[in-house]
Amino acid sequence: MQQIIYFFIRNRNFLLFTLLFIISLLLTIQTHNYHSDKFLSSANAVTGRIYEIKSGITGYFSLGSENKKLLDENLTLRKELEYFRENFQPNTPDTTVFPHFSYYTARLINNNYSHTKNYLTINRGERHGIKTDMGVISDRGLVGIVNRVSKNFATVQSILNTNSRTNAKLKSSGHFGTLIWNTKDPNVVQLIDIPRLAELTVGDTIVTGGRSVIFPEGILIGVVKDYKPDTKDDNYYTVDVALFNDMTSIEHVYLIENSYAEEILELENAAGDVE
Amino acid sequence: MWSNTVFSQIGRFLILVFLQVFLLNNINLAGYINPYVYILFIILYPLDGNSTLLILWSFLLGLCIDIFEDSGGVQAAASVFAAFVRPFVLKYSFGVSYEYNVVKLSTAAVSEKITYIGSIILVHHLVMFALEIFSFSHIGLLLKSTFFSGIFTFVLIYASLLLFSKKVE
Repeated sequence: MQQIIYFFIRNRNFLLFTLLFIISLLLTIQTHNYHSDKFLSSANAVTGRIYEIKSGITGYFSLGSENKKLLDENLTLRKELEYFRENFQPNTPDTTVFPHFSYYTARLINNNYSHTKNYLTINRGERHGIKTDMGVISDRGLVGIVNRVSKNFATVQSILNTNSRTNAKLKSSGHFGTLIWNTKDPNVVQLIDIPRLAELTVGDTIVTGGRSVIFPEGILIGVVKDYKPDTKDDNYYTVDVALFNDMTSIEHVYLIENSYAEEILELENAAGDVE
Repeated sequence: MWSNTVFSQIGRFLILVFLQVFLLNNINLAGYINPYVYILFIILYPLDGNSTLLILWSFLLGLCIDIFEDSGGVQAAASVFAAFVRPFVLKYSFGVSYEYNVVKLSTAAVSEKITYIGSIILVHHLVMFALEIFSFSHIGLLLKSTFFSGIFTFVLIYASLLLFSKKVE
């Protein structure tokens, strides 16, 4: 017995180190899981509040450019609205039908883009109706997907995260692919699995595909910057996409809720179980 | 050097977390290079201090940064590792004088100091980037990140040591 106690005392540094190192490893691996513990993320009450105070102060420095962005977006929306007014019969909206997609606004209180797995923090949470798996976009396009929600805050898995997989397509031809990030440049993402028979030109627009339940079809992502055959499979292209968004200076974002998401997923799961 | 009581330890801890989270993590030099100066805590920990306590402190320190950064346990693992190997690094950088407890960071030879600080930074950054990138196919990225961030961290840590050290009479 004494021997065992002596053993522990003699090797206490090594044992403590092993224990804490394993805990850290588990925490690291856990973040590779999509829905992980929200307590040890920046969405928890303390860090969320601190980040909010910080962004409350630093937010003033970018007021000018943020206002400009909002004005530009208002202008685009106004033009679109005018077009609809001129070309379509106005009919009263049917209030008994739920809109397919509903939108929420939020402010980014922490932005990350220098890691290989980047997460953003926003100042909206459960209390404001935010749920996991909501899509996040800005005025210029795709930003990410909500992955953890606390009472007042939420974290967003950025498209600049090696775990992110987003369904996207070429706007012109409609060929589908998957959007990933190779960590090289925070303003360039990669679109893989585009079949070789798709006609590609530099400058083609890439939009969301609408095959997932998270994003509606046609949300802007970026333009083709460069393309080359896939290194593993010659039948596919790998496309470099220059993002419309400047991921390093986002401040205001919109969250998208698909009111049919649950129903669609349930149906798909049921269909999967039968097979 | 600052006096090394528990309170100054806690003060240093809080200041370094604050600095790291609000200033240093936002530098993003050339898009991705950030210095990780918070390991100054491990470097400045009293050379004859309790090494078991240091491992605990380092874990908490890394975990604080991780929570702000949403990086799981990457910083915690790297800090714990650096704290664990610190006695070996000390022995290897300062040689016999460390074993007789006569080393002081402020009075040590420059080459010994550089070996000590450089080794701690190297070990910490390697573990950190290896866990963050978590893939064998990105060894190049791992080495590149470690190299550039490491140099950045080293310069800042060395500069702050020069700035905050007491004049030797």
